[in-house]
Amino acid sequence: MVNLIWLAMLISGIIVAAATGNIDKVTQSALEAAELGVDVGIQLIGVMSLWLGLMHIAEEAGIIGAISNFFAPVIRKLFPTLKRDSPAMGAIIMNLCANILGLGNAATPFGLKAMQELQNENDTPEIASKAMITFMALNTSCITLVPATIIGVRLKAGSQNPTEIIGTTIFATACAMFVAIVSDYIFRNRRNE
Amino acid sequence: MNIIAEISRWAIPFILFFVPLYAYVHKVPVYESFVEGAENGFKTAIKIIPFLIGMLVSIKIFVDSGALGIIIQMLSPLFDSLGLNSELLGIIPLAVMRPLSGSGALGVATQLIYEYGPDSLIGRLASTLQGSTDTTFFVLTVYFGSVGIKKYRYAVKVGLLADFVGLVASIWIVTKIFG
Repeated sequence: MVNLIWLAMLISGIIVAAATGNIDKVTQSALEAAELGVDVGIQLIGVMSLWLGLMHIAEEAGIIGAISNFFAPVIRKLFPTLKRDSPAMGAIIMNLCANILGLGNAATPFGLKAMQELQNENDTPEIASKAMITFMALNTSCITLVPATIIGVRLKAGSQNPTEIIGTTIFATACAMFVAIVSDYIFRNRRNE
Repeated sequence: MNIIAEISRWAIPFILFFVPLYAYVHKVPVYESFVEGAENGFKTAIKIIPFLIGMLVSIKIFVDSGALGIIIQMLSPLFDSLGLNSELLGIIPLAVMRPLSGSGALGVATQLIYEYGPDSLIGRLASTLQGSTDTTFFVLTVYFGSVGIKKYRYAVKVGLLADFVGLVASIWIVTKIFG
């Protein structure tokens, strides 16, 4: 499915550009995007190293273990296939906490770390495990208490009340998260999936 | 809501203060431990660069060429036929862009907020939508890619379904509260 979406975006983009006489734009966009990919990756080196370094300290000090134990009952309900005392649990919880607090740059390192741990427990290394899909469903629909970036934009645009959208945002995310959890549960328990 | 904002502001300094101190008291060689963990972060960041480039190139060509614009135009009548307030049509570019690209969506949201005003219906809806859903498609490809997963199974369906519900819920709540 991803291969198809990727190809469809690429091909349709080039056809539209050619038809509208914008073919130069394709070359320019491709090169810009490739450079942007490297920039994002290089920036990630810093935050990833910082957060995973800190997380490693927290692991060795037993902090992550303690937090994992605290949330374990909930996580086990959501991830029934996860092994007991799985090291993935700590990273999953850290990722969700970072998402909730709106610490986007901390969430990514923990999320990628969680994927690595889940992959270690995956019997089919090229096929996503059920636990991975549940994690992705939670991760992409997770509630953010303070959408700081957009509040900043509203403030700059001269809003009378920049934070008034926090309530509506939390409501909309809660709906999305609920559907993500339920639909993941349904798909997970369907046969032949 | 100020309390939550304050928590966000203090969270990182608190973690930076508390974790190393607590670990040191518990006899962890904090600096060495940090470096060991950081090394893993370094490797992972490098490893996802090809996935970032692959996705960004395809998405940027799709957006810049105007192909996205054509899809948005095709969606407008559908939106209309659902009997929605035609003022809300302005949100379609953001709804389509949101799962694909974080910076792209922020750009569209910012533009909508300035064009319609932050306290207009569209401005509030754009703000809500931007804050409530994630760049699902992008996140999936990068996260799965980083560990070598090729078959995503039902992950895309679940993610996009949640995004769609997020869109519908945003429209409903914003119209109800501010409409």
